Amino acid sequence: MTGQFTLAALCLLAAAAHASTPDAACTGHARNLAANCTTCHAADSHDASPLPRLAGQTKAELLQKLHAFRTGERAATVMHQIARGYTEEQLELIATYFAAHP
Amino acid sequence: MNRRKFLKAFSLAASTPAWSGLAGCAATPAHGTPHVIVIGGGFGGATAAKYLRMWSEGRIAVTLIEREAHFVSCPISNLVIAGLKNMADITADYDKLSKRWGVRVVIREAISIDMDKRRVHLAGGERLGFDRIVLSPGVDFMPEQVEGLAGNAERIPHAWKAGPQTKLLRRQLEAMPDGGVFALHIPKTPYRCPPGPYERACVVAHYLRTHKPRAKLLVLDSNSEIQSKKALFAHAFDGLYRKIIEYRPDSTLVSVDAKGLRAELEFDTIRGDVLNVIPPMRAGRLVDALGIELVNGRWVDVDWLTMEARGAPGVHVLGDATFPAPTMPKSGHIANQQAKLAAAAIIELLAGRTPDSAPMLINTCYSFVDDRNVAHISSVHRYDAGEKTFLPVAGAGGLSAAANEAEGRYALAWAQNIRTDMLD
Ligand SMILES: Cc1cc2nc3c(=O)[nH]c(=O)nc-3n(C[C@H](O)[C@H](O)[C@H](O)COP(=O)(O)OP(=O)(O)OC[C@H]3O[C@@H](n4cnc5c(N)ncnc54)[C@H](O)[C@@H]3O)c2cc1C
Ligand code: HEC
Repeated sequence: MTGQFTLAALCLLAAAAHASTPDAACTGHARNLAANCTTCHAADSHDASPLPRLAGQTKAELLQKLHAFRTGERAATVMHQIARGYTEEQLELIATYFAAHP
Repeated sequence: MNRRKFLKAFSLAASTPAWSGLAGCAATPAHGTPHVIVIGGGFGGATAAKYLRMWSEGRIAVTLIEREAHFVSCPISNLVIAGLKNMADITADYDKLSKRWGVRVVIREAISIDMDKRRVHLAGGERLGFDRIVLSPGVDFMPEQVEGLAGNAERIPHAWKAGPQTKLLRRQLEAMPDGGVFALHIPKTPYRCPPGPYERACVVAHYLRTHKPRAKLLVLDSNSEIQSKKALFAHAFDGLYRKIIEYRPDSTLVSVDAKGLRAELEFDTIRGDVLNVIPPMRAGRLVDALGIELVNGRWVDVDWLTMEARGAPGVHVLGDATFPAPTMPKSGHIANQQAKLAAAAIIELLAGRTPDSAPMLINTCYSFVDDRNVAHISSVHRYDAGEKTFLPVAGAGGLSAAANEAEGRYALAWAQNIRTDMLD
């Protein structure tokens, strides 16, 4: 499984970034948040799917898109309504997680 | 294979190297390979089985018990009834769960659960022990609540569990004469998939409009108004389908006559060429084995941080069987999300750690109003530590402004991807 090293690294990174809640990283909090998205953006989604997989995009790319949905700058059918359900900190965790899992 | 041998085979099969790469995060379970049984291979159960294997990296042995050999999706089944999709489009198998993820899939009915010995009894006499158990049995119907309905699902189909019932209702619709009456009855809320009956009304009306333009569709709703996406469905009923659909609120069914295809309401009797009665429903009867009190006698109250049934430690209940948090619907989407929450919590609990204390869930339900235009309802839910339940996030979620073709494409992609997420 290729995810192991990255997962461990992410875990440590997140633990360092949120020193007050280290368990947030170790209980898979970022992974769990990202799993909210894969019901629609399945990890094995076909390349041609209208609902693309998210893993493998860079963190900056993902955050930029999520912000554009949240502000309404990018027109959407549903993503604006979903992006507004998460705090900035949560979106960071989600984007970091997907970026680390190509 | 007995349990010991099975677990041994399992730990050998778990090819992932030691947990050392995760030092600091992981703890090895106190005793050998823990075994989790999942009962019900629908949206909740299949997702839970896959994610338990994936996220534990093979360190938890998982057995999935399901009575049907194939998965048949309720989402998109209304399109099968309307002749826009066929059964193959909504049918899948469990092969990848076993081959790719190492889930032991047992196609058998679970008869009972021995809570003291922590064993499940299967049809045929086999018994299987577990460390933790996940139940996602969906709903069971209560046809006895409508006089004359019990035992008559062949004459008066519900088609509210996809499978032979879906095909049956399709055949009845096709056989119906032009100028005939199709009556659809909706039970009092809560029932599985709040927008589902109104979607069915729309796509059946679409079929009638294009194939039997003189036929009528009577929507008999026990509720006093449309239960989901009200404005969007009312727009379709009063516009596109004005000449076909008659919507009657507050129309509780008192009795049915299966021979004469008559439905008796409080103040009226209706004769239909097709009677499609969605019966009142409750948590799948398997949960009665837990010996806990059900909410309103029907639904399982859960601890939302772990999905454990209150009063039955070690038993995690998912999906339609649960008593919902505020505004949380009984949907396949939510069952899938709850399953991941439960899988994550079970992995932590088996390792002696505390589960994620701030989980989030998303719901989205797409509904077809004709062969290509779709509208959605969405919501985001956050766990509130004070209230100890999920609450909808204010300012998030919402509805489509109008049904549209772009969402027709997203709805089909959703159906494909959620299946990939749970079964592939
Ligand atoms: C017409 C229709 C349209 C719908 N459309 C949508 C939609 O567009 N989007 C959406 O999100 N949801 C939709 N839903 C709702 C969705 O189907 C359910 O919410 C979802 O199936 C719930 O998942 P579950 O795991 O709780 O139950 P299920 O998916 O019903 O799974 C339960 C499984 O458990 C098995 N089982 C039960 N008891 C036993 C036992 N004792 N032993 C062995 N196996 C057992 C059953 O055979 C079944 O396979 C729709 C429903 C209907 C009826
Ligand atoms: C109900 C299904 C659904 C869920 C759940 C969902 N999305 Fe989306 N996503 C969409 C749709 C549909 C689009 C296309 C834009 C639109 O019309 O809303 C999209 C587009 C996107 C895009 C842009 C794709 C690209 O590369 O251009 C990103 C990024 C994205 N979603 C991220 C997320 C994240 C992060 C989550 C979880 C917090 C999430 N999505 C959950 C349906 C979903």
